[in-house]
Amino acid sequence: MTAMNRSFPIAGLAETVSVIAEPGEARAEEQDHAWARLMRLAQDGDHAAYRRLLTEITPYLRGLAARQHRDRRDVEDTVQDILLTVHSIRHTYDPERPFKPWLVAIGRRRIIDRIRVYSRTRLRETELLAEHETFSADETNTYQAQSDRRLLREAMESLPEGQREAIRLLKMEEKSLKEASAATGMSITALKVSTHRAMKNLRKILDRRSEDA
Amino acid sequence: MTATQDLIESLAADAKPVRRLRPPLARATVWLAAFVAVVGAVTLVTGAWPAMIPRLESAPFAVEMAATFVTGLTAVIAAFYLSLPDRSRFWIFLPLPSLLLWLASSGYGCYRNWIVYGPQGWRLGRSSDCFVFFITMSIPVAIALYLALRRALPLDPLRVMAVGGLGVAALAAATLQFYHPFDVTIVDLAVHVVAVLLVVAAMMAGSRMPSRRPRRR
Repeated sequence: MTAMNRSFPIAGLAETVSVIAEPGEARAEEQDHAWARLMRLAQDGDHAAYRRLLTEITPYLRGLAARQHRDRRDVEDTVQDILLTVHSIRHTYDPERPFKPWLVAIGRRRIIDRIRVYSRTRLRETELLAEHETFSADETNTYQAQSDRRLLREAMESLPEGQREAIRLLKMEEKSLKEASAATGMSITALKVSTHRAMKNLRKILDRRSEDA
Repeated sequence: MTATQDLIESLAADAKPVRRLRPPLARATVWLAAFVAVVGAVTLVTGAWPAMIPRLESAPFAVEMAATFVTGLTAVIAAFYLSLPDRSRFWIFLPLPSLLLWLASSGYGCYRNWIVYGPQGWRLGRSSDCFVFFITMSIPVAIALYLALRRALPLDPLRVMAVGGLGVAALAAATLQFYHPFDVTIVDLAVHVVAVLLVVAAMMAGSRMPSRRPRRR
């Protein structure tokens, strides 16, 4: 499609558009009045008016959020945040004043909040790239890593039964205390004590081995 | 039905009548009138006015006193405006001119004191008493303002409470003048600044408290 086609292909359409734009403004004002009236009713406890208001503002809020968020889920989450905020501070709306500026102020705030959360998450997380991947095959692992693994296995075997179980479940299989307790029948306190002792023993055994080496 | 539609249904079902907040200026006026009434009564009863009137005849003191009080009034009014989502953020600048005048005039008082007393002006004197008075008085005032401002569940509570804290501190400082019959030294000024910052910080810390649902009618 050429630039010419994208602009007004039919002569005179530009004028038509500008004629439509004016009633558009009037319509926006009308809509604001309607929303203000619905909100006033909602403040007085009219469930139907409130449902209608929330339903009508949702596409508008979606448009507002879509300008800032690319991900559809972000847009939907933001819209829900805004609706919740509108609900919890609906008593701050003054029916004498226009409705949209009130709504947009809340919307902007929640959009910014989500952007902040998003950028904070981005700071903490690293995207997984091809170079982060490794192979499970032995040849990619160094000799040192293998021997470390052997040392650790031997050290584990020398631990008393209870301590070995605790380490296996909690550290190797990364189970929660609750799950490990259910699996072994040991109490959570006993598991904690066993893990603590096992770690201490392992440290001692491995230290001794590295001194011997 | 999508999650958003679900949410709308549950919010609509929860649409109990709420009490609308009155306009911010009206709320600020009621709050300030209550403050002035209480402080006016206390200063009258404790006989602080006879000593205050002659002091007000000194122009620098009158200016400082007026600037302090006006900072308190304007900061409280600004905080009520800022607590609402659709009011201009420029309200934050309302207390600025009087705040600058307050700082300049107390700085001037301090400078004069330095000229008159020289290094003697560094004495701690009764600063600690003032500090205790300032903080003790600020606590109930700050709580009262905090509760009033929180009714709006501000979107940016930190900003609102910071400006509110400035208002409380300025009002406390103006009241302190009734029981503070000497010129400020640089140490006093520093103590005042610390006290003001403490009040502002406390209000800001309060803004982190979990918010409450709007009051039902």
